Amino acid sequence: MLQPPHPHIQLTNDELDAIIDLIWKQYGYDFSHYARASLMRRVTRCMLNAGFRTGYELKYHLTNDRNFFYWFLQTLTVNVTEMFRDPVVYRELREKVLPKLASYPVIKVWHAGCATGEEVFSMAILLHEAGLLNRARLYATDINPANLEQARKGMVPVHPMKEYAHNYQQAGGRRDFTGYFTFFNEGAEIKPELRKDIIFAQHNLVSDQVFNEFQLIICRNVMIYFDKVLQNRVTTLFYDSLSPLGYLMIGMKESLLFTNVSPHFEETSAGLRIYRRKK
Amino acid sequence: MSLLTGKQINVLAIGGSAGSIPVLISLLKSISKPVPYTVIIVIHRLKNVHSELSLLLSGGLGYLQVIEPDDKMPVEPDRLYLAPQNYHLLIEADLTFSLDYSEPVLFSRPSIDVTFESVAQVFGQGAVAILLSGANEDGARGIRSIIEEGGTAIIQAPHTAAYQSMPLAAIRLNQEANVLQPEEMIEQLRRSTG
Ligand SMILES: C[S@@+](CC[C@H](N)C(=O)[O-])C[C@H]1O[C@@H](n2cnc3c(N)ncnc32)[C@H](O)[C@@H]1O
Repeated sequence: MLQPPHPHIQLTNDELDAIIDLIWKQYGYDFSHYARASLMRRVTRCMLNAGFRTGYELKYHLTNDRNFFYWFLQTLTVNVTEMFRDPVVYRELREKVLPKLASYPVIKVWHAGCATGEEVFSMAILLHEAGLLNRARLYATDINPANLEQARKGMVPVHPMKEYAHNYQQAGGRRDFTGYFTFFNEGAEIKPELRKDIIFAQHNLVSDQVFNEFQLIICRNVMIYFDKVLQNRVTTLFYDSLSPLGYLMIGMKESLLFTNVSPHFEETSAGLRIYRRKK
Repeated sequence: MSLLTGKQINVLAIGGSAGSIPVLISLLKSISKPVPYTVIIVIHRLKNVHSELSLLLSGGLGYLQVIEPDDKMPVEPDRLYLAPQNYHLLIEADLTFSLDYSEPVLFSRPSIDVTFESVAQVFGQGAVAILLSGANEDGARGIRSIIEEGGTAIIQAPHTAAYQSMPLAAIRLNQEANVLQPEEMIEQLRRSTG
């Protein structure tokens, strides 16, 4: 179980700025436009796990220990994910979005911030059931190499399986959900034929560019960690990466309303945060 | 005793868990409109809490619509915000909400500690936090932060709470917090806005 940030860990805003600066200069990752309140929580959480009490200790280790930095990066990002999370959204995908995408000879989908893959595996199942998987190319990217390494194994933990199966049914799934997995002691492995069209790659939404054109982009619970400036950059990147009338899906509690691209999209399913790029 | 008279309140944060809804409703009903401050509520694990709250509030007094904030929504006075299920609710220095999908804290997401700590950071002395009934230990550290940043902390008197462990844990960690019965809280809130 996770403890809340320890009250004795003291990190001032200035110290956090100095740490962000150090990471940028020494390792090339830019966290300056991450949402401040949650970044502060994550950094103090890392300090707690590392047994540090002061910003000085953290700076010392970041400066002198490259391996420590990679551990830090892995713990800094929020890597939590689920299969078929928010079933209503997946139901909408199944019933409204996939039939539209079916008219494309090749369907290109980008999961930005895919974490350990649960979301893209869910999408592969939907595409498979719609008979579209053989025409789909799924790109799943993340900033965190440890997440991608895990995702490539195609293994998900067994304990939430029951909940996932329930989500799947709520999302309109009628088949035997567990049939999509092979069960091992260390986890449930998604059948390789469902995964063979997924490309996992590192891509940093802060600094990397457009790399393809997509009919559907899914970026859920990633931009909540960014401030408005970075949200504007990233949503513009998505706009530029979508084909005309392409779809963008963001988290249920996120909104394009607070970003600059808002006039260029329309929400096609009210309240579900599925948007379509205007021509 | 008048804790809140003459005090500039910018935000009232209320945290509750099992057994807290009836007291929460009576507190909210005692606040008369327009409210010069923002009200932020964090309640654990009640799937239908939004509709239940909306219903209870709209019945009778018909004021304060319940808003579950989206990420980056501005924090405004005279509004009642409810932390959405499955996210932690934080406040940024520029007075916008920010949501966080990180691990539950003390088995809770939303976590009262996380929101109270964030409220304390941003609002300091302008924060009032009330912790109600509950069967876990969430909120104790959040109350700690509220006090450390100069805000006013109120804990429901355990003998009046349907579940005592949450108020008890908070009192253990915060000897200096104000421990009040629901009627006393209502009285304080009335005086603050009256
Ligand atoms: C909470 S997870 C969301 C996982 C999944 N999309 C979902 O909703 O279940 C956030 C993910 O965003 C990734 N992330 C954070 N910053 C990023 C960046 N700058 N570029 C790409 N991915 C990033 C994290 O590594 C993490 O895997």
